[in-house]
Order: sequence, then C-alpha cells, then structure tokens
Amino acid sequence: MSLHRRTVLALPLAASATQAAAQSVTGESFAAAERAILAGRTPVAEGIVIDMPPLSENGNAVDLSIRVASPMTEADHVTAIHILSERNPFPRVARFGLSPRAGRAEVATRIRLATTQTVLVLAETSTGQVHRAGREVIVVLGACVDGG
Amino acid sequence: MSVASIVARITLPDSAAKGEVVPVRVIVRHPMERAVDAPGLRPVPRRILHTLVVTYAGAEVFRMEMSPGIAANPYVEFTTVAVETGDMVFEWREDGGAVYRREARLVVA
Repeated sequence: MSLHRRTVLALPLAASATQAAAQSVTGESFAAAERAILAGRTPVAEGIVIDMPPLSENGNAVDLSIRVASPMTEADHVTAIHILSERNPFPRVARFGLSPRAGRAEVATRIRLATTQTVLVLAETSTGQVHRAGREVIVVLGACVDGG
Repeated sequence: MSVASIVARITLPDSAAKGEVVPVRVIVRHPMERAVDAPGLRPVPRRILHTLVVTYAGAEVFRMEMSPGIAANPYVEFTTVAVETGDMVFEWREDGGAVYRREARLVVA
C-alpha cells in the first residue's frame, strides 16, 4: 500500500489550505485590506449607520445603505466610503469617492455575499479621521456557485 | 477609446431648488461577469464595470469603484447639491477598456 499514514493524516490540512486560498482570490486578506485603508490611523466606532437586512435569502443581491454623519463642508467632509466583506473572495467590495458637492454622505447599493458574515464599512474624512462600523448578515443562499 | 451607449435608468427629481441636496438613483444593465470557475461550468473571463464616474457642473461629484462583489445590474444611490441647470454625465468603465456614457439633465429653478 503506497498511501502512508502520515500522508492520509495530512489530507484534511491540504484541503483546508486550498479553501483558505479560495477565500481571497486577490491574495489580499480581509484584515490586510482594512489595514491598508486605515494606513496606521485608529478608527472611531461611531458616525456610521448601516441599513441592511439581518437575514438575506439570496446572497446574489443584498441591499445595503450607508449613512455617515458629516457636515460635508469644504473643511470637514467624507472623502471615501469603503465596503469590506469578511468572507467574500474579494474583501474590497466597493469604494465610493465623495466631495462636498455630494451634500450628504449617503450611499446605497446592492452587493453579493458568499456566505453568512460581517460586512464592514470604513469612512475616511478630510480631517484624517476614519469611522468604522460592522454589521452581521445571515445569508441563506450564497452568491458563489462553487459553494465557497 | 470607444464610447458606447448602455441600458441605464437614471432617476432625478423633475426640478430642484438651487443648493438643494437631491437624490440620484442609477441602475444599469450589466451581467458583472466575475469569472466563476467551478466543476461543470465553462470558465468565462471576468468582465465587470469597475468604475462609475459622475460629473456635473464642471466637476466630478461622485465615483464608485466596483469589484465582482457588486450585484449584477449594478444599482447605486447617492446625493448631489443642485448647483445649476445642466447635464450630469455618467461614465462606466468596463474590464477590457470599454467606456459607456449616459447623460441626465438636472433642472435647477
């Protein structure tokens, strides 16, 4: 028999390694994406309201709206809003670029979610402050056909 | 750089007062093909709209950078300050370099 005991024992490890790789096709992990956006700044856990159903039947299109409290003046406005996904193949779902011409820091879109996970929102402001908020969402049927 | 037309529905108020913050809703027909490769599937190359840039009254007022994590027929809603009567220009950039453009008129009373 050519199949050694240690080879068999290593099999589940190899399988989970491929799964981990499938989690991030771009090679950038969720944590790394968040670190890259924060660029050393410490976020504050306030100022963001996320509106998303707590349970989604279909991960192919999940409604998500984001409201950031900001005066949206030349001196103090939101410059960017990021949507990050904890367990999608691509952690960076979308980035919105805003200016005082937006009037309000409010955006809404529809995203794909692979599975039950946390959706993270980061909002960068012109003053250098970063706001951070997360929302858990239960996804019944994931957006990925391969089950990952 | 070719500019093609694309099926999109852009919703703006009929008219707005100067300085009013108006909502803008945009939905565009696109499969957002994300290159899914799995057993039993024929792999197709990734083809998504990766950027939407909105310009109005001489400046970029909104930008959205999209990933394969955005649902097919991408929908977005944002706000803008009504500055003057003029065309809002919506420009989508697709993988492979195609650019699609649509305009919508905002009437400021």
